[in-house]
Amino acid sequence: MAEPIAAARVPDQARFRQRLARAFDNPTFLGFLFVAPAELLLLVFLAYPFVLGLWLGFTDTVVGRPGSYIGWENYADLLEDPGFWLTVFNTFLYTITAVILKAVLGIGLAVVLNRDFKAKGLVRAIVLLPWIVPTALSAICFWWLYDATFSGISWALIKLGLIENFINFLGEPWNARWSLIAANVWRGIPFFTIGLLAGLQTISPDLYEAAELDGAGSWAKFRRITLPLLTPLLTVVTVFSTIWTFADFQLIWVITKGGPAGTTHIFGTLSFQRAMSGGHFGEGAAISNFMLPILVGCVLLAFTFLRKED
Amino acid sequence: MEKKSKDLSRRDFLKTTGAGLAGAAVFSGSLAGLAGRALAAVEPPKLAVEKGAELRVLRWSPFVASDKDLWEGNTKKWEEATGGKVATEYLAWEDVRPKAAMEASVGAGHDIILGWHDDPFLYPDKLLDVTDVAEYLGQKYGGWEDVCLKYGINPATGKWIDIPMGGPGQAIVYRKSWVNEAGFDEVPVEMDKFIDCCKKLKAKGHPVGFAMGHSVGDGNNWAHGFLWAFGAKTTNKDSTPAINSPETKMALEAMKDLYENAMIPGCASWQDPHNNKAYLAGQISMTNNGISIYYAAKEKFPEIAEDTFHQHPPQGKNGPTELHLFDPAFIFAHTAAPNAAKHYLMFMLEEEQCAPWINAMRGYVTPSLKAYRDLPVWTEDPKHTVYRDCIKNMLPNGFEGPIGPASAAVMAEYVVVDLFANYCTRNMSADQAIARAEKTIARAYKK
Repeated sequence: MAEPIAAARVPDQARFRQRLARAFDNPTFLGFLFVAPAELLLLVFLAYPFVLGLWLGFTDTVVGRPGSYIGWENYADLLEDPGFWLTVFNTFLYTITAVILKAVLGIGLAVVLNRDFKAKGLVRAIVLLPWIVPTALSAICFWWLYDATFSGISWALIKLGLIENFINFLGEPWNARWSLIAANVWRGIPFFTIGLLAGLQTISPDLYEAAELDGAGSWAKFRRITLPLLTPLLTVVTVFSTIWTFADFQLIWVITKGGPAGTTHIFGTLSFQRAMSGGHFGEGAAISNFMLPILVGCVLLAFTFLRKED
Repeated sequence: MEKKSKDLSRRDFLKTTGAGLAGAAVFSGSLAGLAGRALAAVEPPKLAVEKGAELRVLRWSPFVASDKDLWEGNTKKWEEATGGKVATEYLAWEDVRPKAAMEASVGAGHDIILGWHDDPFLYPDKLLDVTDVAEYLGQKYGGWEDVCLKYGINPATGKWIDIPMGGPGQAIVYRKSWVNEAGFDEVPVEMDKFIDCCKKLKAKGHPVGFAMGHSVGDGNNWAHGFLWAFGAKTTNKDSTPAINSPETKMALEAMKDLYENAMIPGCASWQDPHNNKAYLAGQISMTNNGISIYYAAKEKFPEIAEDTFHQHPPQGKNGPTELHLFDPAFIFAHTAAPNAAKHYLMFMLEEEQCAPWINAMRGYVTPSLKAYRDLPVWTEDPKHTVYRDCIKNMLPNGFEGPIGPASAAVMAEYVVVDLFANYCTRNMSADQAIARAEKTIARAYKK
């Protein structure tokens, strides 16, 4: 009697295997299966904290105490907080200025590096260094370079006879802001340069030859050929840089911790200070959530241009 | 058999009375410790240490190697005496608060935390009542310094929720030869004379430097002590903001005078390490700091060390009004070994353990129990003596308001530091700077 049962199991197993084979032939199912591990990681480590952060912004959660729902109270309080508005100003100033400078300098450098010269491979690799050095380490270096007493920059300028006293890079609010922007620009230029360099390489040299035959100078070639063809890529690179600069934390926190007197706080640093140092998680989360509309807008813009590129 | 029975009988003794170690401490008395001082004969609380107890301790990384050596040596002694096990994790001191907060939220993790300031008041209901240990230690060792009662007792319940371990104190660190050059024998303690001395130092080419950036330790300690010295304060007893006062304006004007006429440029950007570097490089003649500058100088710049002396921070007419780093040790209620945890903390503050620990740290940590002010460390090198009074002279952060999440938030937001920095850097007028601070304080205490 065992044999008929065993014989009946064989068709079951075969049917199962057939179904499995058909499933694996289905590109939709296979697609879901391949992205499942990544999806799971994103759900656990990105989606869950994100949703939790959104929720915390609507609560009065303080360290060691579960919070209760308080509606828009955190946001209303922040809108009346001059420290918060200072942070909004700082963040937009920091982002807009740094991104424009990075874009302009990045394009310039990309155009230069696009030329043929000896050791261009090595030079391109060196140009990438600021980008690949961990932010915290380069921030510590800038912290030293901006030191009011030991700055290497001030020392060099004094030796050259250009200044007499050490520059107070980080002790005056506007000095501190420009210093941080400079540090961010130094770090971020390679991203623009290397990205745009790749774009420049796709522009056919025939176009430039034709333009030269028509008597176009360098500026005309750049304005009429390079820039238009580079615009889609430039937009994507700029949007990504905007997102990263807007959401910056490490550079500011290491160099000034938001000082002097909160005049270099941006959303990330203020959120950290109020949530982690001060223990007010609800308020800290609310500050972070203010970034959401702007960052979502940037992501949608980047997504639109990326699809156009496809 | 004899050894086993001796071990068993000792453990049994510990289990039943809990007095073995404390008793030994009473009668043996370290000659190097509180020599000649009669300690109160007090019965220790009966703590039956759980068999096979395993404790996890989180503490801040030591500032000096001798702290770790003695702490771990004392811990080993406790393990040998009780059969328990202790695993100590060291963390950068600024990181202890968020980690402890996480553990309080989650209800799991370390058993004992050596935290900072008002940490226990952020989650008082998650902590073990340690009244018995605190009262015993206080009675035996001449009482707790006044500020310890504020940081130790939960006013809502009247119970102790932490054991004050003391704290790394600060003093005015100065170059005596330059101060003499400026016309003073030593740095004056009276505020107006102190400011005069600082200005004269700068006139002689030796400016002073005090952190006014987002400096967690030096900046907050300097700013709070300075504010209080003028009779100003951030908060009233009823938690209403008290910062908007004529006294605050006087403090602002005085600090501005110092900032513009006595300090080295850049102080508004200083974080904790800046003043150490500037002092050891000979760029400044005076700053506020723990004893670390003196010992760093002893190691690397002996001529600076010889010229370095210490003084109490400047005072107003109300006497000392200082803020220092303060270390409460607290036990989470989620611990599986509450008696062991309490016994461990009690053991570590008993004279046999605590006296050598404090002595070995050479003035880095000022103890919280009054009897330990008689330890030889405070007089063997006269330059240590000032640090003996740090906890005695200390006011709690958030003075005069209650200690809790609001006082923690106000200090974490650098409200007092920014108040001075905003005015001194001409970022704001006095009224604007005060209004900004007042709004932040009101918001913190409203929640």
